[in-house]
Amino acid sequence: MNIANTTAETSVAAGARQDIIGPYGPKPRRMISRRNIFLYGTLFVMAAYYLLPLYVMVVTSLKGMPEIRLGNIFSPPLEITFEPWVKAWSTACTGLNCDGLSRGFWNSVRITVPSVLLSIAIASVNGYALANWRFKGADTFFVILIVGAFIPYQVMIYPIVIILREIGLYGSLSGLVIVHSIFGMPILTLLFRNYFASMPEELFRAARVDGAGFWGIFLRIMLPMSLPIFVVAIILQVTGIWNDFLFGVVYTRPDTYPMTVQLNNIVNSVQGVKEYNVNMAATILTGLVPLVVYFISGKLFVRGIAAGAVKG
Amino acid sequence: MSKSERPNPLFRNLNAKVASIPMILTAMAVFVGGTVWTVLYSFTNSKLLPRLNFVGLDQYYRLWATPRWLISIENLLIYGAISLVFSLVVGFLLAALLDQKIRFEDTFRTIFLYPFALSFIVTGLVWQWLLNPDFGIQHVVRGLGWESFSFDPLYNSSIVIYGISIAALWQGTGLIMCLMLAGLRGIDEDIWKAARVDGIPMWKTYLFIVIPMMRPVFITTLVIIASGIVKVYDLVVAQTSGGPGIASEVPAKYVYDYMFFAQNLGQGFAASTMMLLSVVIVIVPWAYLEFGRRK
Repeated sequence: MNIANTTAETSVAAGARQDIIGPYGPKPRRMISRRNIFLYGTLFVMAAYYLLPLYVMVVTSLKGMPEIRLGNIFSPPLEITFEPWVKAWSTACTGLNCDGLSRGFWNSVRITVPSVLLSIAIASVNGYALANWRFKGADTFFVILIVGAFIPYQVMIYPIVIILREIGLYGSLSGLVIVHSIFGMPILTLLFRNYFASMPEELFRAARVDGAGFWGIFLRIMLPMSLPIFVVAIILQVTGIWNDFLFGVVYTRPDTYPMTVQLNNIVNSVQGVKEYNVNMAATILTGLVPLVVYFISGKLFVRGIAAGAVKG
Repeated sequence: MSKSERPNPLFRNLNAKVASIPMILTAMAVFVGGTVWTVLYSFTNSKLLPRLNFVGLDQYYRLWATPRWLISIENLLIYGAISLVFSLVVGFLLAALLDQKIRFEDTFRTIFLYPFALSFIVTGLVWQWLLNPDFGIQHVVRGLGWESFSFDPLYNSSIVIYGISIAALWQGTGLIMCLMLAGLRGIDEDIWKAARVDGIPMWKTYLFIVIPMMRPVFITTLVIIASGIVKVYDLVVAQTSGGPGIASEVPAKYVYDYMFFAQNLGQGFAASTMMLLSVVIVIVPWAYLEFGRRK
């Protein structure tokens, strides 16, 4: 309060309001009021509810099994052990494979990277064509694409199985990459089309007058000017594809399962003694990639999901 | 102008057409073609392989006579009602709280939204652990001295769907909060000033002025929640695998199991067509309101 007043004073001193004597400005708000107690109280309770599962996950993964059996899931570990993490990563079993989640992790990387690149490449060029090079019928296809985004995936799963089988990609990682590119297309195309359409028309015309063609304008003008939207698209796709379960389980075989599918198989396997600490370590490991993306990207993530949600 | 100089209209703007081939293929072959194919084959008695042997509405009669499907639908309705009501109410309340020019707004927003970055599998497994009756919340509360306390939704078939809804709300409310917050920020500051000058209490301003003004945001949010409800699958697989028994089955899981495990494709197609129908029922009135009026 004092600080606020002094800064206000110095800034006003430069002006012509020296005749005012005594405190001025808006009535200062007391920090501890009934309103604030209620407001922050509610927010803290809600924040605790949202943080609790993360906390329990971390704490459980750092305990040994004897401690879990005796204790309370909320208590911090008495003896911190990283063994469950090592085990989850390198020796946890799914069926006959006992090489841990690392296999699923690398599968997910090999799925996510090409899927993100391919889907963004297709959708950005496509959005650019729709925004700047409209041809007859283009909008019809676009509307079908957007409406198609609302069709439950279950309706299209089996026809895609047949298509992939026909071209010999059923069960392979490339097949799954194609599937992700297909289902990422509606939202990404919309994202890029709207972004390119919001760019000044004169820019495009000037480039046309200078003789640049379809690809020239895209690569030399549109691409360098649209880096933010590419970052948004990458965030959207990395988290979406990494978190996918349904397509992974339908279109890949056990040795190419993505991380989410493998995680579910490890945790929900019926054989053997349940090792809750290993399970929780595996769960955190799987959630780590999108969480890191989320915490690094900050506001862009919000923008990405808002674009994905509001318009999708 | 000689004939050779006039370009074929098909080749005009050729690059753009080439660039749109993936979109056209996706839209026509996968979205339209796939949907028509599935609906068509839902009228056949396909078992292990799709066969065009039409049996009329048989698959649908069988579907609606299967207890597992009826439970799935019932679960979807309960889950849907809970998600809709709670994520709208909680999401809006959180957004309204964050909109009070508070300190650490970014921190709170980050905390409320982070579960949305996690997959349904991770969400399901965490909540499976928290709701585990031998170690989780029930065990801890009993340890505090309340011996008869009972909270084991995942092992009690009459309330299992509520246990799943808790996890779903934890994961999804942050998104709704973000959308609502964006909507609240879009409200003109002068409205608030005018309401304050007129001495209208804050809750009344929200209820009778701000919320009606946010109608478009609410409608979009509603569509997002509704289309997410129909898709619910991974969460159930991770949290309960449909159990105990078949108490937490959902339609999406029914489709998957009949297509890929029970080798009863016809049932799977019929069930997925019913899912499509439910989406159409939600989407068409919305699209009509949203786009029909503009013309």
